[in-house]
Amino acid sequence: MMKWIAIAALSSVAGMASAEAVAPADVQFDDYGAVEVSLSGTPGDAANGAAIVGDKKQGNCVACHQVGALADIPFQGEIGPALNGAGDRWTEAELRGIVSNSKKTFEGSMMPSYYKTTGYIRPGDAFTGKAASEPLPPLMDAQMIEDVVAFLATLKE
Amino acid sequence: MNFKATLACAAFVASVAPAAFAGEDAELVLNGEIPIVTTAPAPAHLDGVLGDEIKSGWLFRSDETQATQMDDFDNPGMIFVDQAQASWDTVEGSEGKSCASCHNDPAESMKGVRATYPKWNEEAGEVRTLAMQINDCRENQMGAEPWKYDKGDIVSMEALISVQSRGMPVNVAIDGPAQSTWEQGKEMYYTRYGQFELSCANCHEDNFGNMIRADHLSQGQINGFPVYRLKNTKLNGSHSRFKGCIRDTRAETFNPGSPEFVALELYVASRGNGLSVEAPSVRN
Ligand code: HEC
Ligand code: HEC
Repeated sequence: MMKWIAIAALSSVAGMASAEAVAPADVQFDDYGAVEVSLSGTPGDAANGAAIVGDKKQGNCVACHQVGALADIPFQGEIGPALNGAGDRWTEAELRGIVSNSKKTFEGSMMPSYYKTTGYIRPGDAFTGKAASEPLPPLMDAQMIEDVVAFLATLKE
Repeated sequence: MNFKATLACAAFVASVAPAAFAGEDAELVLNGEIPIVTTAPAPAHLDGVLGDEIKSGWLFRSDETQATQMDDFDNPGMIFVDQAQASWDTVEGSEGKSCASCHNDPAESMKGVRATYPKWNEEAGEVRTLAMQINDCRENQMGAEPWKYDKGDIVSMEALISVQSRGMPVNVAIDGPAQSTWEQGKEMYYTRYGQFELSCANCHEDNFGNMIRADHLSQGQINGFPVYRLKNTKLNGSHSRFKGCIRDTRAETFNPGSPEFVALELYVASRGNGLSVEAPSVRN
């Protein structure tokens, strides 16, 4: 009970959406890069996840990946594998790990880390080209990651 | 309207299989008379990282964009070359001189120059880009103000000088006193900058030929610079392009003309050794 109140107070200071959000620095990856625990504590919304994956201003995953389920989105990229069937190939925990920090699953991957705030070379302030100091805001917040994971889990062949 | 280009195309179609007409197998002949090498054997220093061949960015553009570069009457970059010809002949500065006072006709004096820049300058003890050399002449020979790096006047002048080398192979030296600068540029090329943690190599070495959203990735060669971009309807220097690519990784960029970008330019230019000087090229 005490702990709950403390976290609630802390997170309202930080302006986080959920009382139980796991901060980027506290995410626990297993040896294969999977993340077992929900980052937000609130189940993901697959429909919103689909919107994030396709939106240039949010996840913009289609910049690099083709997603058959989002066929109406033009100009899907060919850098990474098509995400069709990702929900068959990977568990929810694995998908959460890949989206949070793909390099823990795929060593040296070109895929950006969406829930990471430090450890960058010449970090910039979004797309301004100006310097920014760490910790940076993560590319997606905890709930966005959960929404994207929920969407990926629906991608079955 | 574009009679010459149409003729050139017709001749081309007749002699080569139609499949080779456009796209990554297309051939580039400027004004129907200057053949441009857009695919060349990869330089030895690349150790095969790009495979056997290096390719000009022209090959990765749409048929329409490709066609715009085939004839000087269609190439909007040539307007800036004409403007630079006027400033070539204009007296400026305390010494009462123009470029022409020392270099006469650029068609003679500037032939082959573009192909070897950036290059080591013994007296200055530094690697110089063409823009740095132009400004050195302005300051120390003409007594005129230096032009602002990668802005209108100087980029146009670089285009005028580059035109005199069109069709000649890029041939920048990477050994001797230039080597440490080249190494610095190489290290930058493989550094994963910014919040996206992407290096030049991630996009232009590992993924050329692939689409990244709506963009068809090329090898990021600079044999075509300065480049006329349909997107901003002006000539662009290579440092501006580097800056844009680094900004897009959500990184703090470097400035045009900075020692870092001079080093990067030398390294990137050397990856294109063997491709023809193409400037002013046309890109989207
Ligand atoms: C800049 C390119 C890039 C972007 C942007 C990107 N990815 Fe990836 N992704 C990759 C690459 C490359 C791989 C392949 C893994 C490897 O070998 O590096 C990959 C692998 C994956 C995989 C495993 C694929 C499989 O089925 O085997 C998933 C799932 C995935 N990405 C999801 C996403 C999501 C979701 C986003 C956006 C939030 C995203 N990616 C954004 C490049 C990217
Ligand atoms: C996230 C991907 C990405 C990264 C990282 C990147 N670029 Fe680019 N670059 C592009 C795209 C997209 C274009 C436009 C299409 C093309 O010409 O390849 C481009 C174009 C270029 C061009 C113009 C080529 C031409 O023929 O007009 C040059 C030169 C270039 N990049 C150099 C670099 C250098 C040097 C770096 C590293 C400092 C770099 N790029 C990093 C995506 C990238």
